Amino acid sequence: MAKAKGKVSFKEDLCKGCELCTTVCPVNIIEMERTRINIKGYHPATVKEMDKCIGCANCATICPDLVINVEREMDK
Amino acid sequence: MAVIFERTNGLTEKPFHYCPGCTHGVIHRLVGEVLEELGVLGETIGVAPVGCSVLAYDYFNCDMHEAAHGRAPAVATGIKRVFPDKVVFTYQGDGDLASIGTAEIIHVAHRAEKITTIFVNNAIYGMTGGQMAPTTLIGQKATTAPYGRDAGATGRPLKVSEMLATIDGAVFVERVAVNTPANIRKAKKAIKKAFEVQLSGEGFGIVEILSTCPTNWGLTPTESLKWLEENMMPYYPLGNFRTPEEVK
Repeated sequence: MAKAKGKVSFKEDLCKGCELCTTVCPVNIIEMERTRINIKGYHPATVKEMDKCIGCANCATICPDLVINVEREMDK
Repeated sequence: MAVIFERTNGLTEKPFHYCPGCTHGVIHRLVGEVLEELGVLGETIGVAPVGCSVLAYDYFNCDMHEAAHGRAPAVATGIKRVFPDKVVFTYQGDGDLASIGTAEIIHVAHRAEKITTIFVNNAIYGMTGGQMAPTTLIGQKATTAPYGRDAGATGRPLKVSEMLATIDGAVFVERVAVNTPANIRKAKKAIKKAFEVQLSGEGFGIVEILSTCPTNWGLTPTESLKWLEENMMPYYPLGNFRTPEEVK
């Protein structure tokens, strides 16, 4: 079965830490970086286990601040 | 890897000033993407309202005009009549459209002006600090209704889409929400349809979008989306109220 592989990148300084992206990720890999703050003073969203990403773009769809870019490829 | 999602050209590079988790950002993006996909960015004139989205003219990558509170449809009428070939849209909140601008929105529909209205309904006045709007739900707390809205004293929430759907000039009326990725994709389709109705010259199109206000609702962004689904969606049912086929 073809398995989708994706990659997301965050424009961290735009993130306002609303956490909406973490609630819609089907593989639950988005988390808030609790040890750091961005230029706006929020804990930014980040992904630690990028190899689990399926590139569904749910996170980018719900992000109100256009923080997230998504890439995807299909493995045979 | 192929890029499947990136910032649309329909928006400028300016970061939004909205509160964390405010869905205005999502709706701005959808409008920008639709204008880009229809290839009309250079031909579009938008009219910004008064309210949280008063600075919308900084965000859309097209010509914009600011209107007095509630008067965006009147200003858009003037623009469309002077430039009938341009794409004209208004972006309005519920305090703007459903309260002070009720006369303008009803008559822009009644005259079947060929414009598109994006109506963002979050059941409260956001910018001024959470006062009760005509769309505030019964029992919902607001700074001017600290014990919750009372139907006896202040009436019942106004259903704008249902009201406009009774007017023949409003050829496209649909209510959508932006609480889940699936609903956001449906909202984009509705917005696109509303602009296509204008491009084909059929008449007035409006999309009512149920939105959140985490700050004035006193909830987290995640709780707000849940509150929208549990409280707003039963009273304001999603769906299409009028399509061009129905008019023909």
